Amino acid sequence: MGWKEQLPVITNIQKYSIHDGPGIRTTVFLKGCPLSCLWCHNPETQKFAPEEVWYEERCVGCGKCQEGCYHNARERLDRQEPAEQLAKLLLRDQAFYEESGGGVTLSGGEVMVQNVDYLAALMKKLHRAGVSVMIDTCGFAPFANFEKLLPWTDAWLYDIKWMDPDGHRRCTGQDNRLILENLCRLSQAGQTIYLRLPLIAGLNDSRKDMEAVIRFLQDNHILPAKIHLLPYHDIGKDKYRRLNRTYEGDSFLAPSGEHLEELQQLFAKSGFGNCQIGG
Amino acid sequence: MSEMERGMNERVRRLRRQSMETQPHMYSERAAIETEVYQKYEGTMSVPELRAAFLYEYFSRKTICINEGELIVGEKGDGPQSSPTFPELCCHTLHDLQVMNDRELISFKVKPEDFKLQEEVIIPFWEKRSIRNRILSHMTPEWKAAYESGIFTEFMEQRGPGHTVGSENIFRMGMNDYKKEIDEALAALDYLHDPEALDKKCQLNAMKLAADAIIVLAGRYADLAEELAKTQEDSIRKEELQQIAINCRRVPAERPKTYWQAIQTYWFIHLGVTSELNPWDSYSPGRLDQHLNPYYEADLEAGILDEDRAKELLECLWVKFNNQPAPPKVGITLKESSTYTDFANINTGGITPDGEDGVNDVSYLILDCMDEMKLLQPSSNVQISRKTPKKFLLRACEIARKGWGQPAFYNTEAIVQELLTAGKTLDDARKGGTSGCVETGAFGNEAYILTGYFNLPKIFELTLYNGYDNVSKRQLGLPLGYARDFRTYEELWEAYQKQIAYFADIKVAGSNMIEKIYAEYMPAPFLSILTNDCIAKGKDYNAGGARYNTNYIQGVGIGTITDCLAAVKYHVYDRKSFTMEELIAAMEDNFQGHDRIYHLVSEKSPKYGNDEPYADQLMKDVFNCYYETVTGRPNMKGGTYRIDMLPTTCHVYFGEVMMASPNGRLAHKPVSEGISPEKGADRFGPTAVIRSAAKMDHLKTGGTLLNQKFTPSVVAGENGLEQMANLIRTYFSLDGHHIQFNVIDRQTLIDAQNHPEEYKDLIVRVAGYSDYFRNLSRALQDEIIMRTEQSF
Repeated sequence: MGWKEQLPVITNIQKYSIHDGPGIRTTVFLKGCPLSCLWCHNPETQKFAPEEVWYEERCVGCGKCQEGCYHNARERLDRQEPAEQLAKLLLRDQAFYEESGGGVTLSGGEVMVQNVDYLAALMKKLHRAGVSVMIDTCGFAPFANFEKLLPWTDAWLYDIKWMDPDGHRRCTGQDNRLILENLCRLSQAGQTIYLRLPLIAGLNDSRKDMEAVIRFLQDNHILPAKIHLLPYHDIGKDKYRRLNRTYEGDSFLAPSGEHLEELQQLFAKSGFGNCQIGG
Repeated sequence: MSEMERGMNERVRRLRRQSMETQPHMYSERAAIETEVYQKYEGTMSVPELRAAFLYEYFSRKTICINEGELIVGEKGDGPQSSPTFPELCCHTLHDLQVMNDRELISFKVKPEDFKLQEEVIIPFWEKRSIRNRILSHMTPEWKAAYESGIFTEFMEQRGPGHTVGSENIFRMGMNDYKKEIDEALAALDYLHDPEALDKKCQLNAMKLAADAIIVLAGRYADLAEELAKTQEDSIRKEELQQIAINCRRVPAERPKTYWQAIQTYWFIHLGVTSELNPWDSYSPGRLDQHLNPYYEADLEAGILDEDRAKELLECLWVKFNNQPAPPKVGITLKESSTYTDFANINTGGITPDGEDGVNDVSYLILDCMDEMKLLQPSSNVQISRKTPKKFLLRACEIARKGWGQPAFYNTEAIVQELLTAGKTLDDARKGGTSGCVETGAFGNEAYILTGYFNLPKIFELTLYNGYDNVSKRQLGLPLGYARDFRTYEELWEAYQKQIAYFADIKVAGSNMIEKIYAEYMPAPFLSILTNDCIAKGKDYNAGGARYNTNYIQGVGIGTITDCLAAVKYHVYDRKSFTMEELIAAMEDNFQGHDRIYHLVSEKSPKYGNDEPYADQLMKDVFNCYYETVTGRPNMKGGTYRIDMLPTTCHVYFGEVMMASPNGRLAHKPVSEGISPEKGADRFGPTAVIRSAAKMDHLKTGGTLLNQKFTPSVVAGENGLEQMANLIRTYFSLDGHHIQFNVIDRQTLIDAQNHPEEYKDLIVRVAGYSDYFRNLSRALQDEIIMRTEQSF
């Protein structure tokens, strides 16, 4: 089966997600992202096109690769589902969503640069069944796309990776102006926002960096439902090898617990008592 | 807190330490006294009276002890971890004793003089007349062949039927009240018209004597406590001993007056039931929180009890349970239930008989006690109803996520519905609960006898071989053709159904005979006193005296059989990925050199546990077939057969007797346990497992068992706890019966396997009960390590 460009490629449908929004959720990871963050822990979701993951440790060297690997050493990321079909799969856990106040979270990669009509059809189906949908986004997409999905989005998991434009460009490959603009617009539109700040020690986690975030929120009257300080982790490191790529974040470290608590205090003192460490 | 030093104070810690450190050993006094009584009286009185006479004599003479500092008194043997033998049921050979003494796991030390007694007195008298011998002499060659090859097991071959639980009456009535009821029943006997009147008279007389037996035992404890009090110099302990004496003078002869006496009452009852015979699942106090709460409230009000003392008494009771190892088992019975655990099981929470939330202050005390004591026995579970407060559920989750498998969670609404479906009244259903591993029963009113495990995947193996067992090399099943002869999946499925029915016939016929053997030779007059309507009917518990009489056959391996059917249907019939001959060849080679087929069946085949309709529908087919085949068959006590889906440790044994399976399960590896998916088959986390499992119609069973293994990180923090509670609530809203959790990471288990000495206290959930990891066989340890660990 060939790749249909109009349908997003799904890298994973993760049930019982309990760190991507409230309650028990199913998170769908869509492939393709306009940013290329140095610390990205889902590098398999950066490129839009299908690709192959290679698990070297599973290969037994049997030489029967042409027959399709018998040892799961090769895995092709090319799953695509029509919106209707995907909605059906996601609705299987409806009883859990309802009991826990959870739902579906769309994530990536970047959701907002995928086929918006597809997303709208999917979300409409879920909403009609009474299931909450949240979108996890880096914010780097035309606002028109956001506008189209507003009616069916219950909340946004929105990243600010760095307030410093140069730093942002250096580490993600893109400017942060559009991201910040979109955040303001979503806020003005009365949307519920869970703000997420990925923090790497000595890079984007200084008091000054956080003060910049606070100032930005205050100046633009943005009141996130929650602010999550997300300390860097290197769980995704092995994935780079499996994709035959080099990981550029080897020197990155997580901020210390103490430092995270200090930052949390800083937010609290500035009127953001809803700031927490971790997802 | 060091693991060996648990308990709320020094008294409890000392008692707990004694319970943990004493080596289980065989206790022969019971067998010796029983033999004397039989030699003296057999033939001079009816069998029920003979049984009661034995109990009376035994309780009048047996060694008794009061352990240092204890507040609840009474041991089954001569002290903690002392296990009486029951030669009238299973007369151990000298070789059996040697094995029990020497074996590495679940050993019982046997004294040299006990070998001598066994050889000179016990074996000559009991060898021929033991129930085990009577059973085996009546079973057909077909039954024996199927039994020996692991098609099914037989519960009653070494232990008595019991599988029952006490009711509120135990806490409201004294033995003298029961005796009054018995006298009334005797007075009402109709010798003019009732052909059974004389039998009833003998039975009722036996019950009266059994009631006296426990009163005599309690009196002896009162005497001993008084005597110890006399020489006790510590004034506090002296007072305690005096109070123990007062307690034992009063209960169980009269109804308890205080919370302390209520607990002591239950413990004497427990000793009575488990000394009379060695019934499966020992005995349980049922809804202990609801039974104790009136006493707790009254004593608080009267100022004679506080919360700490109330918990201390519970902790003392917990030690008592843990002091009693299961009776020594051998052979297949050891394999199906390889544990010291005797399956006493306490239900906490649920609803009251009038349908309101049943959680009270004692419920929370029991949770605290369970958390603090961390003991194998009693097994503790919570019943969660829609009406259960969230606080109670979260507290239970908080203990469960510590990883050792208690409490397990049961669905009150499902239990009530299951009991109603099986014909109980609403009142009796609401008073019911679960005991043993997960078995539903009408507490105080029902004999719900588990008769044995039934190996669902093994029967499929035979179906592929014309009924021939490739492992034991015997023709066991019907000759309905070989795998290659079935042209369609439907033909194969039909053959499998016929084989299931064939073996169910053999199993039920055997169980019916065994029931009659117990009814005739092994009445249980003491248990009959406690079980409603035995007195009114003048009938023994083992002869249909209980209000409800149900027999269960427990289906094992639904995950494995589902995946086997799915692999064959999908690859051989639907897709034609390979032929049946190729598959059989691969199975016979244990998949060595058949990489492609192995890959397809293990990786590219629909599997139960993923919320995928293809496999889940096949699971339902198997379940319905098994249900239809067994349910409703009459037993010999006026009740019917029903099904349970639970394994204890039998899934390991059932796997041992099997070659490789079509789903890629390798030869002699365990089959799936309970209704959990085959190991490693579930790939989409706990919600998918729960959804798949809930497609089974739990309400038609008498209990199902679902195991979930989590890494600690998944349930960490407030959010982890909250979502664990939501997972349970959702499963129960989908009519799931039971769920239990193992929260230990794989690395810890592997480390514990390699360094058992460093993990003496590591407790894991096995299947419906918890056990010390070090006491499990290597195969079972591997199996627990392998079970899918849900991690994200």
